[in-house]
Amino acid sequence: MNKAIEIRNVSASYGDHEVLRQIALAVEKGEFLVIIGPSGCGKTTLLKMINGLVQPVEGEVLVEGERLSACDLTSLRRRIGYAVQGAKLFPHLTVEDNICYVPGLDKKLSKEDRRKLSGKMLELVELPAELAKRFPRQLSGGQKQRVGIARAMAASPDILLMDEPFGAVDEITRRALQGELLALQKKTGITIVFITHDIEEAFKLGSRILIMKDGVIWQEGKKEELLHAPRDGFVKQLIGGM
Amino acid sequence: MQMIQILWERRVFFMTCLLEHIRISLTAVVCAGVLGILLGVFISGHKKLAGVVLGVINVIYTIPSISLLGFLIPFTGIGNKTAIIALTVYGLLPIVRNTYTGLTNVDAGILEVAEGLGSDGRQILLGIRIPLALPVIISGFRNMVVMIIAMGGIASFIGAGGLGAAIYRGITTYNMTLTAAGSVLIALLALFSDWLLARVQKAVNRRYGIE
Repeated sequence: MNKAIEIRNVSASYGDHEVLRQIALAVEKGEFLVIIGPSGCGKTTLLKMINGLVQPVEGEVLVEGERLSACDLTSLRRRIGYAVQGAKLFPHLTVEDNICYVPGLDKKLSKEDRRKLSGKMLELVELPAELAKRFPRQLSGGQKQRVGIARAMAASPDILLMDEPFGAVDEITRRALQGELLALQKKTGITIVFITHDIEEAFKLGSRILIMKDGVIWQEGKKEELLHAPRDGFVKQLIGGM
Repeated sequence: MQMIQILWERRVFFMTCLLEHIRISLTAVVCAGVLGILLGVFISGHKKLAGVVLGVINVIYTIPSISLLGFLIPFTGIGNKTAIIALTVYGLLPIVRNTYTGLTNVDAGILEVAEGLGSDGRQILLGIRIPLALPVIISGFRNMVVMIIAMGGIASFIGAGGLGAAIYRGITTYNMTLTAAGSVLIALLALFSDWLLARVQKAVNRRYGIE
């Protein structure tokens, strides 16, 4: 059993509009899968399928062998990290409380535990420890995004879902964050599913890249495979000058 | 000058009225606060009911206070009990509306992340939605308190105590100074309460990193 995520012929729709059509996908443990596609292609919906924020109208999603339709979603989500664009930190909680949020859902953490955990996580995302007592509004965009990743990783999840996490930060910060994320994945062996609309980012991060269009998987493969054998004009255009 | 004189000469009377006014208002504030926040939380989770509940409360709000007091007399008689019920009913509007608005205006993206991270419904409500709605809820609470204290003046028309008794006695005995003294005391009580709550609001905002 080395599949972290298995998606079996899943379809989804919002009202009459079908956003995902018969998606089949398996993600191996330790894989860094990047999903890329134009807006409205269904990539965010696909990601939200994995932690049950969106339910499929047909098909089945399995996370670590467990069927989402038959398991306790709340406790499953605590084992899946989730980071989104703009970080969406809880504005009324300090950095430390944001980081300790997920572990704190199961049991009350002691002051000492919170301090230790937030210290460890801040170090992991390369932020100074003195940020722990600050509120999100006192952080820069890049710092927020790092805290968002720290919050997603604090409960040591095996899977990390990231929805354009670097979409709202400047180019220089984004490069640094990408490098740190790669190092972090190497260190922890965590399975990552990462959404972006930036092909450069996809090639830099992904051990496998999945191109989506109109609710279906248009092409998937490693960087070289996509570069050497693009399926059609759409993929060629997406890859562009690479 | 005359007013200060009368306040001093009848200080025992005014003190009794003031304490009674505080007691009646405080009881109504607690009742309306608890009931209003619970109702606001409830309808924020049942959007279809929200329109109906807010509509009904709005309609009640438009009934002149003096006639609401009149309507209640056959059921609850005259005196403090009826006054407290009427004040509670009036106080509901600002607190229910603000609780509802505050809870429903929390950034949907933040709520989705909270859910995606594995919070259950209770943890989202108590840990995220209520704290984020708190500034709006507190400002509704301030409105409610000021309104209840001010409207408490009318309660003595149905035999309840409080500073309204001084106003009422002043009117019936053509003693303008007595009426004015009662009114000023009500205004001061309302202003003081509002000032106190403003400080609470500030402390809460600081605690939750808003400001």
